[in-house]
Parts: sequence; structure tokens; C-alpha cells
Amino acid sequence: MALPNKPKGEIKAVKDPEVVEKEVDILIVGGGMAACGTAFEVKKWMKDGQTVLLCDKAAMERSGAVAQGLSAINTFIGTNTPDDYVRMVRNDLMGIVREDLIFDLGCHVDDSVYLFEEWGLPIWKLSKEGKNLDGKKGQAMGTLKSGAQPVRTGKWQIMINGESYKRVVAEAAKKALGNDNILERVFIVELLLDANVPNQIAGAIGFSVRENKVYIIKCKTMMVACGGAVNIYQPRSVGEGKGRAWYPVWNSGSTTTLAMRVGAELSMMENRFTPARFKDGYGPVGAWFLLFKAKTLNGLGVNYAASDHAKKELEKYAPYGTVTSLTDLSSNHLMLVEMKEGQARLSWTP
Amino acid sequence: MPSFVIQEKCDGCKGGDKTACMYICPNDLMVLDPTAMKAYNQEPDQCWECFSCVKICPTQAIEVRGYADFVPMGSSIMPMMGTEDVMWTCKFRNGLIKRFKFPIRTTPEGAANAYENMKGKDLESNLLCTEEVDGRQLPKPQALA
Repeated sequence: MALPNKPKGEIKAVKDPEVVEKEVDILIVGGGMAACGTAFEVKKWMKDGQTVLLCDKAAMERSGAVAQGLSAINTFIGTNTPDDYVRMVRNDLMGIVREDLIFDLGCHVDDSVYLFEEWGLPIWKLSKEGKNLDGKKGQAMGTLKSGAQPVRTGKWQIMINGESYKRVVAEAAKKALGNDNILERVFIVELLLDANVPNQIAGAIGFSVRENKVYIIKCKTMMVACGGAVNIYQPRSVGEGKGRAWYPVWNSGSTTTLAMRVGAELSMMENRFTPARFKDGYGPVGAWFLLFKAKTLNGLGVNYAASDHAKKELEKYAPYGTVTSLTDLSSNHLMLVEMKEGQARLSWTP
Repeated sequence: MPSFVIQEKCDGCKGGDKTACMYICPNDLMVLDPTAMKAYNQEPDQCWECFSCVKICPTQAIEVRGYADFVPMGSSIMPMMGTEDVMWTCKFRNGLIKRFKFPIRTTPEGAANAYENMKGKDLESNLLCTEEVDGRQLPKPQALA
């Protein structure tokens, strides 16, 4: 568990810090939503005598990209099918996808959403008259699992009151794993391979961020989920706020680095999406391109995305460019084309 | 837009050596001065304005100073956490105050059922444990049918 912080140099850096060795069967690196999901599930499948440990560099209650809350769950299958979901993702990422993994996600995501709701996540519902009810009032309609209808803001998204989304999920995860099997404020920085068996993961090295301690944790299998990578591109925030990004600044890209350095296959990492930015806009561009009832305008005040010019441009990328509703990649591409053609100053107008 | 501790309101979490803010800060910035028994943000430049410390503080002693590009000219935002709701008080630069209340959870804190005693039967089935208990049949890809 978290230790007291010592701000005034009470703990001097030492040349030979204490080395703590641990040995477990399963190591979970990270404490965000993915790690919490694993934490909830893993013990249910472990045999008697097998051991597990989770290392989080912060506190699970508020660590990871979901920790500050979300207003929607981006994938809930509901009355769609996993096949529909595969088609959407394939189209959204222009075919560079592992369809088996997406199908798998589509098969299981609803079960997790049911659990979130059971644990206390407020999920918006449709009333009998088709009106939107927030997560609290919506409880009167029953649960998603019992057949209540969620509020959709697109084919896949459902609306939630997600301020405490992560807290609710972390609570169940911590209970399932047990406090003795959780190390908070330990930062894993290197993975270890087996000396004798090729391509076999064997452990990890990390350090306590609050004590002079280095951890060497041996394991038989491992789940690494430390989030994505922030600040690869400079955010557009200015002045005092310079450097502010919507994505957590602690998601340093260690998932990719840790895995790459031990030669792991990085599936679904081929597709690099570099979103363009709206004036004065923070936040994920995917969210901006949902548009809701707004339009994107160029410097001439033209809704460029609806123009024949745009249609022609997207025909170059058929079949992915010619689907009925614009994908994030298509929207982004059209925006970049506008910029290249010198009609920047893009704005988002209701 | 770093968080700061209002010294008059902070009670150092009543003498423990772990304050709530120190426990929660994702960037490990909050510390306790044990002589004064007051917490403070040791490195405001590194603060991501995530409000985790503001929300967890039992005495509402932590606020966030808004940067000029986002919360300019004396405006402010402040969350107040309850057990079921969060209330955001937003003060605009012209003095207008608006309050927004949202539900945060529908169950009492600590009530989440982790199904500690549930055990999976068939690891090869590709079912999650809860799906197995529900007797769920996994769909097959229609595209390959």
C-alpha cells in the first residue's frame, strides 16, 4: 500500500538501494482499467497455491486514463452484433486491424458493462416515452442486463455519469485481488526474459517512487497495461497552460517500450493516427469529430466536409472512404487537405 | 493550473503520516509538512489539474488556481464530492455562478461485489467467469458462416 511521502530530503538517494525480490505466478503491470479488469478476473481462474501481484506506480483509485472520469462508454454492443463491430472498426482503421481480436472484444464487452452498472456506475437510460434519463433517474428503468435501453449518442456509444467510473471499478478489482497482492507506488521500468528458454517472459524490475527500494519480481506470466503515450506531439495549449494535454501526462508509453524491448509482438500498433487540432479545442479529436449537431467550417465559412470536392477526395480511399458516415480518419484527412490547400482556421460551429 | 492547499482548512488528516491527498495524487506531488501538520503541493509545475486531491480532501482544503488560457480573470471551478453526487461550482469572469450536479455512483462506497468465491470451470471456453456462470453461448462470426 501507499507509503508516506518524504519531501524534505529525509530519504537520501543511496548508491546501493535495498533490493526486494519477489516471486509470483502472475504479474499485472499497471493499475488502470485493463489491469483492474484482469485483477477482477484472474483469481477466478487460478489454481490453489498460485500467486498474483499487481504493480501500480500511483493509487489504483485514481490511476490511468479513466481515473478522472468519462461521460460515455465508447463500445456497448447491445442490439448490434460483434460482426457489426468488426465491420465498424475495420472501416474506421482502413483495414489495418486484427479482426479476431476485435470480434473477441465485441463478444465480451457487454458483460463488463453489466458488472460496472451492478457495482454502481450510473448509466443513462431511455424512458418508456423515449426521453433521456440520467444515471440516477434511469435506475427506475432497471439495469442494462435486465433489458433497459441505454442512451446512444451514436451506434456504439452509451452515455454514463462517469466521474467515479474508475473508482467503482478499482474498488471491485482491489477486493478481488486482495490488498496483500497489490503494490502501489512501484514503477516497473524493465522486463526480464528467461535465461534458458527463448522468448519466455520471466519477470520485471521496478522501483518504489517513495523509498530507496528496487523490486525484482519473477513471474511465469505477465499482463502489461500501462496506457498509451502522451506528448508525442506538442499539444496546442498556450501561455501558462503550455504543455497541457487531455491525455494523462503519466502515460509515458511504457507499455510499448517495455514490450518492444523484450521482443513482444505489438499487435494493432501499425495504425498511426495523427489527429489535427481545432482552434481553442482540447480533448480527443475523435470526440470533436462526433460533431453532435455541429459542422466543421473552413476559413471561408464553408462546410468543406459536405462538399463534392471532399467526396471526390474520399473516393480515392474506397471502400473505407465512401461509407455513409465519416470516420475519424476520413474527417481528419479532409481537415488536413483543407489545411494544405491554405484554407485553415478550421472552426467547429453549432 | 496547479492545486494548492488552504493552510487554514488543512488539518493534515488529523495526525496520520499519510494524508488523503498524498495517497491519491497520480503524480506524487502532495506532501505533508509534519511540523506544521499541513499538506502542500511540492511541485506545482508538474500538476496536471486532475482534481483528484481536491475531490478527496476531507476538509475541502484544496483548490485549483486556474491558468489564464482556460479559467481566466478570476473565474474558478470547484467540485464538491458527496456520496452519490458531485456538485461543480463554476464562477465565470463576470461573476456569474453556475452549479452542475451529476450522479457519481448508485451504490454505497465499498458495496461492489468482487465475487471472490466465484471459480471458473473451463479455461478453454473463452468465456469470462461471469459469462460462464450465466451460461452464455458465444456467438460465432457470421462472416465466416
